[in-house]
Amino acid sequence: MSKLYSGAEIVFKCLEDQGVKYIFGYPGGAVLPIYDELKNFDSIKHILVRHEQGAGHAAEGYARSTGKPGVLLVTSGPGATNAVTALTDAYMDSIPLVCISGQVPTHLIGTDAFQEADTTGITRPCTKHNWLVKDIKDLPEVIHKAFEVATTGRPGPVLVDIPKDIQFQKTNYIKNKKKKKLNGKNNNKFSQKDINELIKLMNKATKPIFYTGGGVINSGPKASELLRELVHMSGFPITSTLQGLGSYPGEDSQFLGMLGMHGSYEANNAMHDCDLMINIGARFDDRITGKIDEFSPNSKKVHIDIDPSSINKNVKVDLPIVGDVSEVINSTIKTIKKIKPEFTKSNKQKISKWWEKIQKWRSVNSFNFVNSDETIKPQYAIQRLYELTKKKDTYITTEVGQHQMWAAQHYKFDKPNRWMTSGGLGTMGYGLPAAVGVQVAHPNKLVIDIAGEASVLMTMQEMSTAVQYSLPIKIFILNNEYMGMVRQWQELLHDKNYSESYTAALPDFVKLAEAYGCLGLRAKTPSELDDKIIEMINTDKPVIFDCLVDKQENCFPMIPSGKPHNQMLLGPQDQKNKKITGKGKTLV
Amino acid sequence: MSKSKSAYSTPGKQGKFDTHIIVVWVDNEAGVLARVVGLFSGRGYNIESLAVAEVDAKLNISRITIVTTGTPQVIQQIKLQLKKLVPVHKVADFKREDKKVIFKEMALFKLVGNNLKIQKAYKACKKYNPVILDKTNKSHVIQITALRREIDKMTKNLKKFGLVSVSRTGAVAMTRGSEIFK
Repeated sequence: MSKLYSGAEIVFKCLEDQGVKYIFGYPGGAVLPIYDELKNFDSIKHILVRHEQGAGHAAEGYARSTGKPGVLLVTSGPGATNAVTALTDAYMDSIPLVCISGQVPTHLIGTDAFQEADTTGITRPCTKHNWLVKDIKDLPEVIHKAFEVATTGRPGPVLVDIPKDIQFQKTNYIKNKKKKKLNGKNNNKFSQKDINELIKLMNKATKPIFYTGGGVINSGPKASELLRELVHMSGFPITSTLQGLGSYPGEDSQFLGMLGMHGSYEANNAMHDCDLMINIGARFDDRITGKIDEFSPNSKKVHIDIDPSSINKNVKVDLPIVGDVSEVINSTIKTIKKIKPEFTKSNKQKISKWWEKIQKWRSVNSFNFVNSDETIKPQYAIQRLYELTKKKDTYITTEVGQHQMWAAQHYKFDKPNRWMTSGGLGTMGYGLPAAVGVQVAHPNKLVIDIAGEASVLMTMQEMSTAVQYSLPIKIFILNNEYMGMVRQWQELLHDKNYSESYTAALPDFVKLAEAYGCLGLRAKTPSELDDKIIEMINTDKPVIFDCLVDKQENCFPMIPSGKPHNQMLLGPQDQKNKKITGKGKTLV
Repeated sequence: MSKSKSAYSTPGKQGKFDTHIIVVWVDNEAGVLARVVGLFSGRGYNIESLAVAEVDAKLNISRITIVTTGTPQVIQQIKLQLKKLVPVHKVADFKREDKKVIFKEMALFKLVGNNLKIQKAYKACKKYNPVILDKTNKSHVIQITALRREIDKMTKNLKKFGLVSVSRTGAVAMTRGSEIFK
């Protein structure tokens, strides 16, 4: 008879089997048997966070920067409920997470026992699937299945809830068997006919555009390579969503910058006026489309997505192609080479007028801002940060708000998996723990969290984690003392009634850094900025950089107020001329 | 147009609502109904009626029949979202007007009153295969099987014959002919 293992041992055997190197977690009563086994599994390193939300975001940062699933281990009750924000965040941005939670012993379930919560009930709407393991014999199979569900199709978070008595019980271990088919959930069934149709449309188009999203990143680094090849081949312009940044080089001349509410003028206008839109791995999010009724009114729309339920959810498309991005692009490139080798040449002629139009929009230089000698403009700070770090293979995470949009506008990425930001859920406090996870995965790389002072205080406690594991993350705070994006909307839409968006009594971030045992730096003027940034980069330990920026600066351009893509609000100059009024106010 | 200063767009034009019957084959496991129903409530879809029971004890499969209303896009989303759930095996969708499909619902009526009234009630139910399941001096329990709207009508009509309680199953559906839904 083969050896019997306890539930706790099986958890680690499964993780080993799945190639997990790091888990992020926090112990507690209902997971103690699992924590007790930790010492017996050398290949798995546990990172002790300071709050379970931090464990979740760190696991997300790990997953997004490596393409592997992130794993977190939390206790029952508050441990699990604290992880809910991170699970929801991962669900919205399609990040593969496996959350293992402890539960009260099976005989106490339903009795309102100490630290009992209906974890599978609470996390049902924010996971792809979850399991409550009530029979030890199911445990190995459930954990393997959990990894499979998290990483296949459109990735996402899953949760396995394990009661404490199950962790003690013993059973046989079953190794992971690679299954060919996952209950019909693997949707990679596009046909050559779809590809031919796509090429026909590409061949006919005179005003085409690629609109790419996080799906390209999720499809793996190969997808980004193939995307570059396809874009170069076609000569088409390309724009990317917030999540897709990095899949195409940010400094390439065919790249129009990010699109959407705070996207570039040229990207949004091109989206509005195009006659062919090829959506690759994006989901027509409401921050992208603006007013749906007037979204790109004259275009044929192609949508390539692994998730069939993304098709026609928000915007009706003419050609849906359900499949994995890299396989669809690969097949498209191959077919073009085979049946239309002349396409590359003939096509560029055809769309030259379109490019002229785009150049005109481009000349507006919509990310421009009025710089200052006295105060640091936040955009300037990010530009300098970019210039001083672009030679290194830098990983950027962000919190949520103005600084996030400025980072997306001014920091240029040329590789996938270098940009970690909370887009769908918009979770303030995401960036710092995410940076912890990224640095764990890439110990020798430069990892910077571009932060706002309000967001970063939500998960500041994770600095302690960074110090404990010598993770030299850099927290670059654009400190304007306001919840900047809230203040901006209040200024534009609520008659400058800055209700509760100013944070009085902020901590001294330099002293705070010192209290945590890291380095604190502060820049007050543009002239000292470069030296301070260089000092930050050269410091081999965690740094909190308090960059005092202009308090009134707003994030432009923006699609205001019930307007379609082609009526963007530009910077301060333009704004004086077009005030947002009446009906428009409802739509920002 | 409302004057609210929202961060979101205002609703666009709403399409025409159709009634559909969605049939879902699922693994009969704990929480599966909550997943299906939670999907409907979480995404704001309607449920008019719901019937669920195990249909294959060996394979452990339950069949859920849901009557719902929505625009064609919403119905399409409902199907695609349901198919994404891990314990869901297949999803069928029928329009209520579909002639190739049988829809039936069962109802139990408790009537209290004298024999004359009850006879009248029984007669009124004649079209819907009435069966008297329980009889006392003062009361009857009558079972009928009919369409949803016919039962709606009967519950109204039987008031005057002493109807005091109604229990109904929600619609179940099956295709006509020899084919089965794959």
